[in-house]
Amino acid sequence: MNRVLVWVPLAVFAVLVGFFFRGLDLNPGEQPSALIGKPVPEFLATDLYTGRSLSNKDLPNEAFLLNVWASWCITCQVEHPYLTELSQTLPIVGLNYKDTIPASTNWLAKLGDPYQMQISDPDGRLGLDLGVAGAPETFVVDAQGIIRLKIQGEINDRVYERDIQPILEEFTP
Amino acid sequence: MKWLPALAMLLVTFTADAAIETYQFDSGSQEARFRTLTLELRCPKCQNQAIGDSDAEISQDLRAEVYRMLKTGATNNEIKDFMVDRYGRYVLYNPPLDRQTLVLWFGPLIFLLIGAVGLAVRIRRSKQAMDHRNTSA
Repeated sequence: MNRVLVWVPLAVFAVLVGFFFRGLDLNPGEQPSALIGKPVPEFLATDLYTGRSLSNKDLPNEAFLLNVWASWCITCQVEHPYLTELSQTLPIVGLNYKDTIPASTNWLAKLGDPYQMQISDPDGRLGLDLGVAGAPETFVVDAQGIIRLKIQGEINDRVYERDIQPILEEFTP
Repeated sequence: MKWLPALAMLLVTFTADAAIETYQFDSGSQEARFRTLTLELRCPKCQNQAIGDSDAEISQDLRAEVYRMLKTGATNNEIKDFMVDRYGRYVLYNPPLDRQTLVLWFGPLIFLLIGAVGLAVRIRRSKQAMDHRNTSA
């Protein structure tokens, strides 16, 4: 009996090491979205450039990325070239989050605008309904308008291949 | 006089200037509810702070939203549900008891039980050993 008991501390230690090891590459600030499996929330907003009113009906009828960005967001600038490249094959809708029209349109004029549409959300109202905690955040929306994934932080080819591509393949008929 | 500069340094104080919005409440109880709610809701960006405790931009926004909802007569549960619908269970510092949170609530109790059983077994054994020694002596 005692011979077995001697191993208990080691076993407990091993389990703890397992948990801590898993914890090493978990980011507790990154939470799965509460909107996974739900449609994009109903919204009424304006187009950043024209001021024309926009609603859910204006969203693409195919799978797309909804990218939450702002001109004050450094990481948005970092991921911008990759998004530009990605926009050749996948529609990207911009949600200009808590930004001003001059600052954001200047930013786009300087760096280029790969977005299919720019929703202006100056007070973060739509952002709140989407559970956005900061920028950049990117939602993967399928052809039926259902949110399938949320990425917090930079989009690059690693994130695309690891997280976004499998989801797109899974939910594309 | 070497200690004089050190002593002088004790006189230097730092004042924290946190930007705290001022809200006007209809009643003291509404203000109390605001305080409780903002301490029970967790900042989505900073895991170990309540929204009432954090200077993050998102916390300011969520405080404003709590305030707006209180003003329109929403109940505490409506406000919490509103936040959970958008930011997930994560925003609740005081998660409700249900199937998903069973381990969270009762896990510690299970460990306590394991410890108690282990302790009881040990005590009984050492008692037996002592009794054995006493009778054989």
